[in-house]
Amino acid sequence: MQTRKPKLAVWKFASCDGCQLSLLDCEDELLAIAGRIDIANFVEASRAVVKGPYDISLVEGSITTPHDAERIHEIRRQSKTLVTIGACATSGGIQALRNFADVKEFISIVYARPDYISTLAKSTPIADHVFVDFELRGCPVNKMQLLEVITAFLAGRKPNTPPHAVCMECKRRGIVCVMVAHGTPCLGPVTHAGCGALCPAFDRGCYGCFGPKETPNTSSLTTWMGHILHMTKPDMLRAFRSYNAGAEAFRKESEQHQEKMDGQEMTKIGERSRA
Amino acid sequence: MGVTNSYRIMPTKTIKVDYLARVEGEGALFLKIKDGVVADVKLKIFEPPRFFEAFLRGRDFRETPDITARICGICPIAYQMSAVHAVEDACGVKVDGQLRALRRLIYCGEWIESHTLHIYMLHAPDFLGYESAIHMAKDHAAIVQRGLQIKKAGNEIVSTFGGREVHPINVRVGGFYKLPARSEIAPLIERLKWGRDAALETVKWAATLTFPDFEQDYEFVALRHPEEYPFNEGRLVSNRGLDIAAREFDAHFTEEHVEHSNALHAVINGRGSYFVGPMARFNLNFDRLSPLAQQAARDAGLNGVCRNPFRSIIVRAIEVLWCFDEALRILENYERPNRPFVEVTPRAGTGYAATEAPRGLLYHRYQLDETGQILDAKIVPPTSQNQKTIEDDLRRFVPPRVDLPTEELKWQCEQAIRNYDPCISCATHFLKLHIDNESVPPGCQIPIF
Repeated sequence: MQTRKPKLAVWKFASCDGCQLSLLDCEDELLAIAGRIDIANFVEASRAVVKGPYDISLVEGSITTPHDAERIHEIRRQSKTLVTIGACATSGGIQALRNFADVKEFISIVYARPDYISTLAKSTPIADHVFVDFELRGCPVNKMQLLEVITAFLAGRKPNTPPHAVCMECKRRGIVCVMVAHGTPCLGPVTHAGCGALCPAFDRGCYGCFGPKETPNTSSLTTWMGHILHMTKPDMLRAFRSYNAGAEAFRKESEQHQEKMDGQEMTKIGERSRA
Repeated sequence: MGVTNSYRIMPTKTIKVDYLARVEGEGALFLKIKDGVVADVKLKIFEPPRFFEAFLRGRDFRETPDITARICGICPIAYQMSAVHAVEDACGVKVDGQLRALRRLIYCGEWIESHTLHIYMLHAPDFLGYESAIHMAKDHAAIVQRGLQIKKAGNEIVSTFGGREVHPINVRVGGFYKLPARSEIAPLIERLKWGRDAALETVKWAATLTFPDFEQDYEFVALRHPEEYPFNEGRLVSNRGLDIAAREFDAHFTEEHVEHSNALHAVINGRGSYFVGPMARFNLNFDRLSPLAQQAARDAGLNGVCRNPFRSIIVRAIEVLWCFDEALRILENYERPNRPFVEVTPRAGTGYAATEAPRGLLYHRYQLDETGQILDAKIVPPTSQNQKTIEDDLRRFVPPRVDLPTEELKWQCEQAIRNYDPCISCATHFLKLHIDNESVPPGCQIPIF
């Protein structure tokens, strides 16, 4: 019988810290978690670092520097199970907007001395670099889902985080459809569940912060958005190019609208994203 | 804390910490000690750049609160508040009445959760000698539990009015998407009444901690409002005569790009480093605190002035107490407005706003075209404003303490940095502590590792 407590590590790459903060936001559960598992490496919360290997590693953030592209391999080597948490780690995050632009120009907009900055041209998810055992979606992750994932791995079972659309959660909550009833554009039909249909519950359209659901029909949705809701192409481009811009289904859909735009609109967007 | 030097030759040591813990983000400190004097100090920020100001160009003005929230998972409301106020300034809209009050309310929630996270989970373990709050909970379970429950109460304000704790979805340019009925907030009011009592206990407890003697002469910069303790409005003032509107920020402050940091260093033109955050607000706005918070401050030994950053844990506790007072005042007068937002029509122009994030002044500037697309954006977060001051503190803090055992000195330096609750994710990010002692006579090297 195993008496040793399983060892958990939390790692950070390019991100806002919000997903690992979700663990500290489990105010009622945190001390119980600490009783069951050894929080061996969680630098945001503790000076004490226990050496690897670790039973479970939670990885937040995307790969954006040459150093980080090396570091993730070392973390993989030390981790029995590696779980990525949040949009940055699973799709490249909002910083993947650089993938559609020239990063050198981005650097010169923000920094006076571009030569001091070391960064990669693209922001990429962890799974582009190492094998990932499980991806938990969301910008930020839902803390109850985070607890479910940790619990599931400790129990040796598959986490219960359904990959269907936000629409399913919305219907279950009995929320009136914001798109059908109010004409509000909503990415719910193509977005991965997990938030509990938060935005529709607040009378706003889903903006896709959990990224694409499995098998999303994005082109059908944009046909609706264009024909029925009269959304412009730049608006549709922006809708798919946000917190999960690098996720394949959203990236492809956004590129559709870039290609379809007429010359004038292309110039406008191009100028502004580069200016 | 006086440290006697029993050595003739100033000792030389090399101290290195690979990753400064209990701060938000990734940073390092490089400290070079030469003959007992700090020869060089660099707060290195390795947090990878994410280029928000660049990719905001071409985005729609209504996207600013959601996009800029992603700069920081700990203080997303601060970014949302600075963003909406700057955009509304550009569009010539002023949000008033209940909507204005609710923006203060949701900010109260963020200050409570962010400050309480720092007080109990990041800073207190330094004073009591624990590696983390989880280690601390083994001996002080009731205190840690109290901290977690106070933090939870702050998060409940944010999730009730914002939808969720991290990256709330209910804040929009012009107000909110949807607001709760008065009947729905009754349980929250009860919880906040408990929180106010617990916050008072926090102030009393924080005052019993032991503080090193480290009073410094800083230039404090914070907002000041005619009647209120500041959140979203007021003039930028300092104890050295600064008194300007938010739109004059660029004329008085400069961001410098230094090689060792991915965060820009802000300085006041002609004067250099300055201090933003709870201690600056407290010193410049003591008279705007509620009577309860003022009395608690006096009882804790702070009569309106605090110049020792180690005591900032008490100041944060006082601000948390005040936030509960203010949140209850707002909720007791709460009536759901007829509409949760006012219409904002874009126009060509530039808008400016400075609001008080938990860690201090947060400045946003947006230039819009006539359709509301962003042409240019500038964001100055609090931690980049404090970076130089943190370095200055270490320069003064270390010399009298160079004889301390290495581990102790290392830990005290970390604590001196944590005094500022630095959010490196905001300022960009990675704290590594590296103290390098050089130029000692041969043979006097004390290899530490």
